[in-house]
Amino acid sequence: MPIEKALTFYLPDFKSELKIPIINEGVSAGFPSPSADFIEKNIDLNKELSKNPLATFYIKVKGNSMINAGINDKDVLVVDRSLEPQNNKIAICFIDGEFTVKRIKLDKECLLLMPENEKYAPIKVTEENQLIIWGIVTYVIKAL
Amino acid sequence: MYALVDCNNFYASCERVFQPKFNGKPVAILSNNDGCVISRSNEAKALGIPMGAPIFKIKELVKEKNVQVFSSNYALYGDLSNRVMAILNQFTPNLEIYSIDEAFLNFDGLSILDYHDYGIQMKNRVQKWVGIPVCIGFAPTKALSKVANKIAKKFQERTAGVYIIDTEEKRIKALKWTKIEDVWGIGRRLEKKVKLRNINTAYDFTQPQHEAWIKKEMGVLGMRLKYELEGKSVLDLEPIVEQKKSIAITRSFPKQISDYDALRERVTTFAAVCAEKLRKQHSCCYTIIVMLVVDKFTITTSKYYFNRAITLPFGTNSTLTIANAAIDMLKQLHKGNEHLKFKKAGVIVTGLTDENKKQFQLFDEENPKHLALMKTIDRLNNKVGTNKVKLGSQNLMLTWNMKQNHLSPKFTTNFNDILEIQCQ
Repeated sequence: MPIEKALTFYLPDFKSELKIPIINEGVSAGFPSPSADFIEKNIDLNKELSKNPLATFYIKVKGNSMINAGINDKDVLVVDRSLEPQNNKIAICFIDGEFTVKRIKLDKECLLLMPENEKYAPIKVTEENQLIIWGIVTYVIKAL
Repeated sequence: MYALVDCNNFYASCERVFQPKFNGKPVAILSNNDGCVISRSNEAKALGIPMGAPIFKIKELVKEKNVQVFSSNYALYGDLSNRVMAILNQFTPNLEIYSIDEAFLNFDGLSILDYHDYGIQMKNRVQKWVGIPVCIGFAPTKALSKVANKIAKKFQERTAGVYIIDTEEKRIKALKWTKIEDVWGIGRRLEKKVKLRNINTAYDFTQPQHEAWIKKEMGVLGMRLKYELEGKSVLDLEPIVEQKKSIAITRSFPKQISDYDALRERVTTFAAVCAEKLRKQHSCCYTIIVMLVVDKFTITTSKYYFNRAITLPFGTNSTLTIANAAIDMLKQLHKGNEHLKFKKAGVIVTGLTDENKKQFQLFDEENPKHLALMKTIDRLNNKVGTNKVKLGSQNLMLTWNMKQNHLSPKFTTNFNDILEIQCQ
């Protein structure tokens, strides 16, 4: 992946929300803090990483079957249950009594759960399998 | 139009969200301290595990039928409950959270063409987003929506979990089907009374020949219920969370206790927790009750339950006052019973009033110094951690020691406890 695409820098947009500061607590001598107007502009990762907090859960990964998708052992996944399963999405799957993370592949009327590691084989889902798509993975949080 | 939304076997369903392998399997949830069964999956109900069954009584059944048993995980249930309620709130701004797993909704002012379809949407969204199955009853009054909900739950296959009472014919049919003891607000005591009058169904209750009797025996509440069942709405949503009418802290001991000092420590702690809860909801209590329970198998007499109550001339939420009163009563209860082995104790405070609406007392009043002291204790405990500041008669080392042998992780409220899955 080219680096310039992988990193996006966000510059603060001052134009859209420029407010005139109103100091309610009486007028005090001195110049009001120039930062007071920007206090609400902290970045809230909760907001950024969970578009739908009511349906968002965190899940910890154990294992290596998804390393090519950037999901490693001990990573924490942000999972949104409200999203619909789609081709190519990475999903939390509950198949035949076990949880796993896999990429969903719709292949000519057949559903495949694809690992992202050559050492693992795809799982072909047939009518005999019991599958629940528990949620869709939206972000990976990892400690470096 | 009102709706009652009720989560199906809520606690069991919460456990299954994170452990779907127990779908279709019998699941039972135990009360605090792993005492008795407080929630069952349908499969556990079908095995004949009764509500409230003490765990030792169903031990064999649990083993034989492979029933999955959980300690209650209120951190998890509370979080999932909040999510369910917030989702319901997306369908109407008018919501009354009735309990951890039930809410009344009102749709006045919204134009909804098809309530069945709207109900299915609500049900599906809660199921998809949180994983909790619900049933929904729609009706013109709150009491009838409870009835409709019961029908939706009982006939889930035919109703798809959503039932609407919107015609006179459906209302009468529903009332005739509803046993009087299942009607909202008819408790055990009332059940006997109304049955003596040959009122056996909700429909009987609404018949004109009982009106005078209901008025006389059940007063305004009875009449309100009658109107509600007749389809005349008299109960509105109650958005403000009602203060609890009493607070009870009771625990079984891990080992039986005879020793007075050990009992005093426990009773003091229970009293302290009662007082703290009172202060949290800004209430005061007038009456304090202490109870002791003897292990039935260790005695030859029939008296195994001991209790004593005192009503103070003033309302209080001071830990000192409540603990002192409780210790006094404990002293009296323990005297002459020193040989008994107690397996359970409790402190109950009742006769609650609003902290700010205490009656003016001419002679007796709570020591005003207590108020400041309690505020300080609460602040310190908030700051440095729960229950670091205690009374001298409490044991600093002894904590709750709640028995939770089957506790599931706090999947949604503790980062160290989040669901871990094998990626293989």
